[in-house]
Amino acid sequence: MKKLTVTSSPHVKSGATVTGIMLDVIIALLPALIAAVRYFGPRALLLAAVCIGTCVLSEYVAEKIMKKPVTLGDLSAVVTGLLLAYNLPPTIPLWMAAVGSAAAIIIVKQMFGGLGQNFVNPAITGRIILLVSFSQAMTTFTKPLDWTADAVTTATPLAALSALDRGGDIAAQLSDGRLPGLMDMFLGNIGGSMGEVCAAALLIGGVYLIARKVISPIIPCVYIGTVAALMLIAGKGNFTFMLYEVLGGGLLLGAIFMATDYVTSPVSRTGKVIFAVGCGVITTVIRLFSNLPEGVSYSIMIMNILVPLIEKITMPHPFGFVKEKKEKKEKEAA
Amino acid sequence: MAAEKKSLGKEFTKGIIKQNPVMRLVLGTCATLAVTTSLVNGFGMGISVTIVLVCSNIVISLLRKAIPNKIRIPAYIVVIASFVTLVQMVVKAYVPALDKSLGIFLPLIVVNCIILGRAEAFAGKNGVLVSALDGLGMGIGFTAACCAMGIIREFLGGGTFMTGLQSLLSVFGDGVLGGFDGIDFYKVFPFLEKLSLQPMTIMLLPSGGFFTFGVLMAVTNRLAERKGGKKAELNGCGSCPMAAICGADKAECESMKNAAAPAEKKEAAAE
Repeated sequence: MKKLTVTSSPHVKSGATVTGIMLDVIIALLPALIAAVRYFGPRALLLAAVCIGTCVLSEYVAEKIMKKPVTLGDLSAVVTGLLLAYNLPPTIPLWMAAVGSAAAIIIVKQMFGGLGQNFVNPAITGRIILLVSFSQAMTTFTKPLDWTADAVTTATPLAALSALDRGGDIAAQLSDGRLPGLMDMFLGNIGGSMGEVCAAALLIGGVYLIARKVISPIIPCVYIGTVAALMLIAGKGNFTFMLYEVLGGGLLLGAIFMATDYVTSPVSRTGKVIFAVGCGVITTVIRLFSNLPEGVSYSIMIMNILVPLIEKITMPHPFGFVKEKKEKKEKEAA
Repeated sequence: MAAEKKSLGKEFTKGIIKQNPVMRLVLGTCATLAVTTSLVNGFGMGISVTIVLVCSNIVISLLRKAIPNKIRIPAYIVVIASFVTLVQMVVKAYVPALDKSLGIFLPLIVVNCIILGRAEAFAGKNGVLVSALDGLGMGIGFTAACCAMGIIREFLGGGTFMTGLQSLLSVFGDGVLGGFDGIDFYKVFPFLEKLSLQPMTIMLLPSGGFFTFGVLMAVTNRLAERKGGKKAELNGCGSCPMAAICGADKAECESMKNAAAPAEKKEAAAE
């Protein structure tokens, strides 16, 4: 006799799995990896391999020590490793990359309970730990297309931008040769972190993720839009200045791949908008008014920490829910 | 007699791991995180706190019947503040380098929760000898925690071990211990620099302090549990080392305990 199986809801399930989503993210990240190898040579590939390898190994070891089920199959450690590699300058010593990867997985992710429990994005935090620890190695960028070991170092477009005199004639300063052309900015022929330089590749990945419905377009669009709008104001309406700010640095990488992390971004639509605007405002403020040229990672981490509060104020009300105050007022009216 | 001896020993050793003031009771963390950037600093802080702790425990225990209950906290603070002032003067006079590196955290021992906590929870209720032993044990526990954090943070953040030792020993004259002033691993092993290894600055910053603190806390919890101690979890006031000085509503705590283990209760009720 067949037994009747009784299960609790949900009874209708979508085919989406963690592994599937992570695989989509990896696919979306591949164009940027190709661009990184094009501009920085095979070392970019090696760096990505070291980061991914260390992340996977740390996850395995941490879960074994804490006697938890090993969750390497969900590929989330691979995504963290790849994202962290994209956030590093291609010339960084490999052991530093390994330290950052281990910190990202062990301290940020596993110590808080593994995937879904981390309150900040592991890759972003790994980058910040490295940036604070090894600031020189983390801010030395080489010229693209120069694969040699002693490649010439170069300033990133953002460093050049933050040296601009915003009180003076911005248009003249932008065209005096201290910045690469806008087309180079778009294609990635600039100095910078390994995966952030090629805006075109990141946009392809972003479109793929949105088309596959892995991420909602709200966070990237609002985040980039906020930065663009504020930069337009800061640049006295200079459109070129705004484009440089949007294409330069880790804004696209952060907005498309890091700020949209399911674990550390709000669930509701309003929450996502608040989160993204916050990221945009903090990024702009850091870029314009601090002595750091770049603020994407700090802004995303700060907003990650605020996510529980954002969720609290944007909690959707159940159908038929009446606020207590309104009820009282109605009673008084009656 | 034997039982009393055993309990004396217990009062002394409980502060070292089982009720380690920093790692298990999470008291005095501000000073711990702030000064443990090197082993010497951590050790200096630990010793200063231990001296204050033992002395104030003894005096408060002696005065416990003379101090009116209602004004006991101000009375304790006066006693503690006098000893902190003494210690600060001695450190300033004999180990000025330590005074410089501990800075404001030396006078701030007055408000260190460990000392007021022991006064309130122990010295105010127990005899002189036991209180002194309790203070000594807690002080050793605090010193051990500070030293452990100092060693880890100094090694990872600066690549050194026991730097500044001579400034601490300068009270005994120059060149004590053969002038040993700590090890700089980058000088001892020059190949480290060739490997482009460098210390992690973050370990000297507050965030590195928190990382170290968290990891050490996990290790201490593990040690305490292995020694047959109770697990550090929500288990009502019975297992809480802070129960004696806890200001929270006891009934509320107990209800949390019941909520934490509803399944067991239901099973028991069913039987």
